[in-house]
Amino acid sequence: MATVVVDVMPKPEILDPQGKAVLGALPRLGFDLVTDVRQGKRFELQVDGEITDAVLAEIEQVAGTLLSNPVIEDFEVHVEKHSVAEVAHEAGRA
Amino acid sequence: MKVGVVTFPGSLDDVDARRAVTIGGNEAVALWHGDDDLKGVDAVVLPGGFSYGDYLRCGAISRFAPVMTAVVEAAGKGLPVLGICNGFQILCESHLLPGALIRNDHRKFVCRDQRLRIERVDTPWTSAYAAGAEVTIVLKNGEGGFVADEATLDMLEGEGRVVARYLDDNPNGSLRDIAGISNERGNVVGLMPHPEHAVEDLTGPGTDGLGFFTSLAEKAFA
Repeated sequence: MATVVVDVMPKPEILDPQGKAVLGALPRLGFDLVTDVRQGKRFELQVDGEITDAVLAEIEQVAGTLLSNPVIEDFEVHVEKHSVAEVAHEAGRA
Repeated sequence: MKVGVVTFPGSLDDVDARRAVTIGGNEAVALWHGDDDLKGVDAVVLPGGFSYGDYLRCGAISRFAPVMTAVVEAAGKGLPVLGICNGFQILCESHLLPGALIRNDHRKFVCRDQRLRIERVDTPWTSAYAAGAEVTIVLKNGEGGFVADEATLDMLEGEGRVVARYLDDNPNGSLRDIAGISNERGNVVGLMPHPEHAVEDLTGPGTDGLGFFTSLAEKAFA
C-alpha cells in the first residue's frame, strides 16, 4: 500500500481570507517573523499496489476534477516515501 | 410551467424556493439529488444551503450528484436553470457558469437586505424586470465572493452576461460588484442573493424577488 499526497493551494492571485486570518493572529501571539500565510489543503490517498505512471495519471485526474477547482486552485501530486500507517508502526516499535 | 427544485443533502431553501415558484404562478416539482430523472420539468432551480456540508468546496460534491448529470445535459439543450447562492456555487463547479465563489473578503457571514441592479433582462429568469431595475432582496452568504480572471470578467461584461450587480456596499468582495451571471445563451443564471426570500410582504424586505419566478410564466404565456 502506498500513499499519494495531493497538495491543493489557492492560486497566488486569488484572495485567501483564511490565510489572512491566520496571519492576523500571529502578531497577537508574539510571532513577528511571518510576513504572509496562504492556507491550502493536503489529501493523503491510499493506493493498493505499486505506484506506476498510470496510477499517477489517474491521481492527477482525481486532483483536477474533484480535489481542486482549476479556476481558483493549483495542485501538486507526490508519492509519500512511507505511508502514515508505516510511520505509526515504526514509531510504535521505537 | 413545471419548475423542478432540487433537494441536496444540506439544502436549506428548497422549500422556500418551491413556495416562490408557486407564488410566481408556476407548478413546483420536488427533485431529489440521487435521481437522474428531471420528471419532465420545464425549468430547474438549484436552491441555497450547504449541500454536503460545503465539504471540500461549496458545491464541489453536489456537482457529481446523479441529478446534476441530467441538469447539465438539459441545460446544454436550453433548459432554464437558476442557481441561487449554493446553487450558484454548484453551477460554477459544474462549469455551466465561469468563475468561482470564494470566502467573503471580510471573512464574516453576511445576512442583510441588499440593493441590486438587474442588468440582463433577456433571460427566462429576469424578463419580468426592466433593464437597470434597482431591487432589494435578501443576501446571506459566507462564501459569496465571485472571482474569475480578468479575461473572463471582460468577456462577461462584453457579452452582457452580468445579470445582477451589487449597489451601495459590495457585501463579499465580488469582483466588479457581480452578484449574478448567466451563460452565453442566457438560460443558465447564477445569483448569490436570494429572490425566493423576497416574494411576500409578510416576510422579507418586500416582493422585489418575485420577478425571478414570474418571468417564466410571462414567457410561457407570451
